[in-house]
Amino acid sequence: MEHETFYTDLLCVGAGLAGERVAISAAAAGFDAILLSLVPARRSHSCAAEGGMQAALGNCAMGEGDSPDVHFADTVKGSDWGCDQECARIFADTAPTAVREAAYWGMPWNRVVAGKAKYWKGGEEFEAEEKKDKHGLITARAFGGTAKWRTCYTADGTGHTLLYTLDNKITQLGVSVHDRVEAVSLIHDGANCMGCVARDLKTGKLRVYLAKATLIATGGYGRLYSETTNTVINDGGGHIIALDTGLVPFGNPEAVQFHPTGVVPTNILVTEGCRGDGGTLLDVDEKRFMDKYEPAKAELASRDVVSRWMMYHIAQGKGVPSPYGDHLWLDIRHLGAKHITTKLREVYDLCRNFLGVDPIHQLIPVRPAQHYSMGGVRTNSDGAAYGLKGLFSCGESACWDMHGFNRLGGNSLAETIVAGRHVGTKVVEFLEGAQVTLSSALADEGLAKMDERVKRLVNRTDGAENVYAIRDAMQKVMMDKVGIFRNGDDLQSAVDTLREIYAQAQKIGLRSSGVGANPELALALKMPGMVRLAICVAYGALMRTESRGCHARDDYKARNDRDWLNRTLAYWRDTQADLPTLEYEPSTQVMYLPPGDRGYGKTEIIPMDAPKED
Amino acid sequence: MSRQLTFHIFRFNPEDPKSEPHTDTFVLEETPSLTLFIALNKIREEQDPSLMFDFACRMAICGSCGMVINGRPGLACKTLTTELPQEITLMPLPVFKLVGDLSVDTGTWFRQTNTKIESWIHTDQEFDAEAVEERMENDLANAIFELERCIECGCCVASCGTANMRPDFVGAFALNRIGRFIMDPRDKRSNPDYFEVVGTDQGIFGCMGLLACEDVCPREIPLQDQLGILRRKMAFQGLKNIFKPKEKGHHRRF
Repeated sequence: MEHETFYTDLLCVGAGLAGERVAISAAAAGFDAILLSLVPARRSHSCAAEGGMQAALGNCAMGEGDSPDVHFADTVKGSDWGCDQECARIFADTAPTAVREAAYWGMPWNRVVAGKAKYWKGGEEFEAEEKKDKHGLITARAFGGTAKWRTCYTADGTGHTLLYTLDNKITQLGVSVHDRVEAVSLIHDGANCMGCVARDLKTGKLRVYLAKATLIATGGYGRLYSETTNTVINDGGGHIIALDTGLVPFGNPEAVQFHPTGVVPTNILVTEGCRGDGGTLLDVDEKRFMDKYEPAKAELASRDVVSRWMMYHIAQGKGVPSPYGDHLWLDIRHLGAKHITTKLREVYDLCRNFLGVDPIHQLIPVRPAQHYSMGGVRTNSDGAAYGLKGLFSCGESACWDMHGFNRLGGNSLAETIVAGRHVGTKVVEFLEGAQVTLSSALADEGLAKMDERVKRLVNRTDGAENVYAIRDAMQKVMMDKVGIFRNGDDLQSAVDTLREIYAQAQKIGLRSSGVGANPELALALKMPGMVRLAICVAYGALMRTESRGCHARDDYKARNDRDWLNRTLAYWRDTQADLPTLEYEPSTQVMYLPPGDRGYGKTEIIPMDAPKED
Repeated sequence: MSRQLTFHIFRFNPEDPKSEPHTDTFVLEETPSLTLFIALNKIREEQDPSLMFDFACRMAICGSCGMVINGRPGLACKTLTTELPQEITLMPLPVFKLVGDLSVDTGTWFRQTNTKIESWIHTDQEFDAEAVEERMENDLANAIFELERCIECGCCVASCGTANMRPDFVGAFALNRIGRFIMDPRDKRSNPDYFEVVGTDQGIFGCMGLLACEDVCPREIPLQDQLGILRRKMAFQGLKNIFKPKEKGHHRRF
């Protein structure tokens, strides 16, 4: 079979911030690295992150007294004690260095301006004195769930500028980026990962990549849902190839975050920076409501909490009716034209372009939408995947697991380069000691298998199911039944329906010829895998009979630390099965901060030492 | 009454020996808030699953969906059909290599050009993980961001007379990028260093001043201001080079 083969030390599947940061470490240490990307690297979803990244620099007035300890505590509380505290600790300690390193590489972080400055909080204006000795250092803004102002930013284009900064570094180091190439299966011998089989999305040809170390950094799986803020490429591709090995578990698949402010109807995100900078949420009567549900944190409680109260408030009849269903308003008018056109410029542009709304004078229609995947390829604190040596994962695609059951705003962008820096070091250590036997026979086998799959789809050997109809059906079930509020009946029904959809997904046949860079074929190849991921999410949620962070069960309202202070590991060992095997491990091996009240949201908790009822 | 939109879309699949460049016509009913992102996906999913086009963020910040919309390069995701007549013609961006239909290979082009103009901070200073960051004025950070907002969508390149005639012209995007580095004190390159990169016909002196780049820039970046500033700087540098004896062993400070 005609194909190209590439050899490298490190293969990064995914060229967003996490993949690039790991590749920089490898390249700086003298190793070859190839990055695969579905799109040109600078178009990765990392570019869409607007608000900023958390790092306890403590430079601005409202960040005074901040430290990695406070950042760590916020992160653990934010996770609703679902996170791995060792990783959260590494993360909080390393974040300031990673931010400064990005500055050294050219990141135009916004800076402290000494003197009196006006700020907004919950619709009220106040003044703060920025110190002279901090003038010119990296500043920060407020985000939800944080005790201090800690989110470093470049206006609301933080992800964009950070991605370009890192991609410049990649260019300087001469790292190869193979863009428009999609990994379709991992090559492994049951113990060691040796790279992947991939499809060239420019020509449709299959390729082989053989590597000493392979990194999955493909972002989240938001496209399992119909209403998501995620880019169209966040389809769980990396999770699929890892889960398909039958050896690597999908950690906490049920941990799916909804963001409070997706705009209606397109689900485009407006940054949490809007609320951080003092924006408020209003209902049909144009009255604030978050201050009543959450007197202390109001709009700045964590995302899971704000999203739930918004849906609750809508259910109380306080939503604004629209052709797309009820929504609420985000009000940033009081921040003024200058603030909106500079610090919230992207928001200003997207409101005008996509909604025809001028946020200086008008309210923005918002509603929670799927946003972040806390679950992912389960790794240890080095970023090494469970089950396969030489396989790593980092960033949103990984369940490293510093976010547990809810991620704080500003902690995802931070994770990409902080964990990327840490995992990069560990990948280099691995490469330095690596004695890897790469097998061309295994590569050929993987290639032949994929070629056979392509032929069957093109020839409609297994059936003529329409791939788009299958995708739509899956996304609808996930949205309707595995969303913000969950219950046993809906989840059971979701699992049942998804199993039926999975059976259909085995019978997809192409309607087009499949020749060349055919987009229908790309989706058809990953569709069964996407449904497998969806089943993991729904089944994991069904089995977790408690409420923790984003996972809110109406039939099990308490956070149950006695039975569920653990992490789901979903394995798909049997290729013929239509359900994963679920196993569990403790959410954290070290407990620096014992479970307690988060200080916002509901407080019903079954403590670790509560006696079991019979 | 909603309109019946008629889309005339360029079709060619370079990987298919049977494919000839031609235009296909699709009809779609206009719905409220319809964008070209939604329309093209509908056409692909309901009428022709082989149709090739690119989108990623669908919110005008990733730059994937540049195409020629009724004769003008723009981002398809933020183009509402209400802004267009009933007949809509979509063509791929020129200059870039065609992947198929409306999809072009911007990735290779931009990476090559970014390598050529050395689009990164040049410094011989080491990063000190223990030290506090170097200070910078906030106004300067904002000014750098103003130019850094470019999303490399390719619209400026596609609309550029020079870029359409000579394949080695770096385009307004690159000159804007250089402008960003000149402004940044962390980049230690001097004017002669920049002159070497863009002080040629492939760079600043190739520009014919047709101004289309700024007209079509979906980010509204002041590209012409940058061109003007850079051209004056580089012309001045060029004069200095003429009158200055050639430096021996001149090399860039990296």
